[in-house]
Amino acid sequence: MLQDIIITGLISGGVYALLAIGFSLIFGVARIVNIAHTAFYMLASYGFYTLLVKVGLNFVFAGVLAVAGVTALSLLCYKLIIEPLREHESAVLIATIALALVIQELMLFGFGGHFLGIPSTLDGAFSVGGVSVAYQRVVIMGVAAAMLIATWTMLYRTRLGLAIRATANDLEVASLMGMNVHRIALATVAFSVLLAAIAGVVVAPVYVVDPFMWLGPLVTMLAIVVLGGLGSVKGSLIGAFIIGFVEAITVFALPAGAFLKGAVALSIMVLVLFVRPEGLYGVAFEEEER
Amino acid sequence: MFRSFLVAAALAAVVPSAMAQGTIKIAILGPMAFVQGENHWAGATMAMETINKAGGISVGGKKMMVELIRADSNEMTSVPDAASAVERVITRDKVDFLIGGFRSEAVLAMQEVAMDNKKLFLGAGAAHDELGMRVERDYNRYKYWFRITPTKNTDLGRTVFAVLNSVAGEIRTRLKKETPKVAILAEKAAWTEGLTAAAQKNLPAMKMEVVGVWNPSAVATDVTAELSAIERAGADIVFTILSGPVGIVTGRQMGERNMKAVAFGINVEAQKDEFWGATAGKANFVSTLDTYSEVEITPKTVAWVRAFKERFKKSPTYNAATYDAVMILKEAIETANSINSDDLVPVLEKISFVGNAAVLEFDKRHDPVYGLGKSLGIAVQWQDGKKVAFWPPQVKGMQPFRMPGD
Repeated sequence: MLQDIIITGLISGGVYALLAIGFSLIFGVARIVNIAHTAFYMLASYGFYTLLVKVGLNFVFAGVLAVAGVTALSLLCYKLIIEPLREHESAVLIATIALALVIQELMLFGFGGHFLGIPSTLDGAFSVGGVSVAYQRVVIMGVAAAMLIATWTMLYRTRLGLAIRATANDLEVASLMGMNVHRIALATVAFSVLLAAIAGVVVAPVYVVDPFMWLGPLVTMLAIVVLGGLGSVKGSLIGAFIIGFVEAITVFALPAGAFLKGAVALSIMVLVLFVRPEGLYGVAFEEEER
Repeated sequence: MFRSFLVAAALAAVVPSAMAQGTIKIAILGPMAFVQGENHWAGATMAMETINKAGGISVGGKKMMVELIRADSNEMTSVPDAASAVERVITRDKVDFLIGGFRSEAVLAMQEVAMDNKKLFLGAGAAHDELGMRVERDYNRYKYWFRITPTKNTDLGRTVFAVLNSVAGEIRTRLKKETPKVAILAEKAAWTEGLTAAAQKNLPAMKMEVVGVWNPSAVATDVTAELSAIERAGADIVFTILSGPVGIVTGRQMGERNMKAVAFGINVEAQKDEFWGATAGKANFVSTLDTYSEVEITPKTVAWVRAFKERFKKSPTYNAATYDAVMILKEAIETANSINSDDLVPVLEKISFVGNAAVLEFDKRHDPVYGLGKSLGIAVQWQDGKKVAFWPPQVKGMQPFRMPGD
């Protein structure tokens, strides 16, 4: 059972981390609570499905085009919907809820309420310690690990990363130092949606694509960022794996209570809010604690 | 001239609008963005085309055409929307009859609005027993409700256990196991609780061992944990009670893991043609209860299923029984020589109608009479990309049940 929990927890945690880190980055840099974040994840899954199954492109082209298209669309949405409202945080929150619902309804209109399946990038499975693991899940773990390393490198080894961290640390000071905070916010939105879109593309072959697939991950992602500390990338990463493992333990320890895994994640979130309202890693960004 | 105009205007005011237009208006209610609603509409459309092509329905010596009103109940996301849709078609569209519905909780609400307005409502989707029990408890209010499909939950349970017994028989013969092990995989929902409890109670008496109950969410995207535990428990049969997308995930992941156990039960997603594609072709041997296949359930079944496939390029799901609903309505109207719901109720109560998936007769709850040769259902299995029917064996055209490794 332990092997089952480790493998299931790692896969779920990796996907959650891709979603939660992007969400945290946008909040940390631009103070935008982007509820539409997982809607972009869903959009990438639909894009991948369309290009792969309907158009007939190969996996790589379909995946790259879907991710690029969704990232470009997110920039358009940012310019048209979010940027004009940025001074009003609650208006932004409501606007992103509306945006997510519009995307959901558009998918429902375009594809109907059908549950769509995508062939595996790699077929087959192998056994580790008596646990059967599909190759596609290894792909997910590999992509998640690669993207997390890429995110870390971008944040801590590039000028853009430095600018993002500086903006997250103090928006006004960053602006006074001559940084173009609007462009940095735009770059952060693009990067975070890129992570969500990649998650949408890699999980699509093991999940089912449908117009409501953004809701489940949204709730889990909110639990993760509250657990890790809203705005903290490190907190989101750790929170993602904590929630991934907690869900796996719930399913294995309580077979008849597998449906409770979401509720357990949310209970942890509520508990953290009571004990440590700022989450595991502070209020905005880890640098603030230094 | 002016006097003629006044007479015509007066007649238009007193004669029901549908009569004046020479049409019978039937609302088709369903979640139109979903496969259930699509089938509601497709079945009814075929019936309307058949009737109108033949000249319409005879009422009082004149032929009336059928006009369908497509009403999106949006019941997948909102029960109040479903009730509003019924209200809308009755008050705005002035329909004469109502057909459709899918989710039981929505249809329970829709039924109330229909009964308030004394409109005949032929159900084509919801299985909850309460819909018929209301007719028995308060006949005068609920007599306008008749269930065309599916059989009520209790009868659905009878069928599923009969097929399960047949599958267990295959395992006893082939694997030489006297007591096959059964894992119950039921999505967490109100409708699965009764069946789960009944399975836990009945299966030991049927010489089957229940090795555990697993309750994933209906929208779970991963059942790896559940399937791992089921494999470790040594289950021979995974008894599925699933209506949501978790049915696709289960079929796909069982195939990916090359599980030796065979899946049978209720898996609504596995009833659809799209299931094989949605599981990326991994769901070999997944089986489920179903309604239509190219087998002789009634003398009409094979020809109708073929015609449906020809027309819509896909197989009908059980919601396409709106075809039978429209046709039974035609027969009742022509027998009663009226489109008044009160006149049609006693006719429908006595009717014996050979439909496409059942010979429809109604009991005192206005539920279809259950049994072989009446309303029973079939079981189908996915075999190498094709959905083939294997139960009940008495029906002509059934094929053998297969197991992993065959």
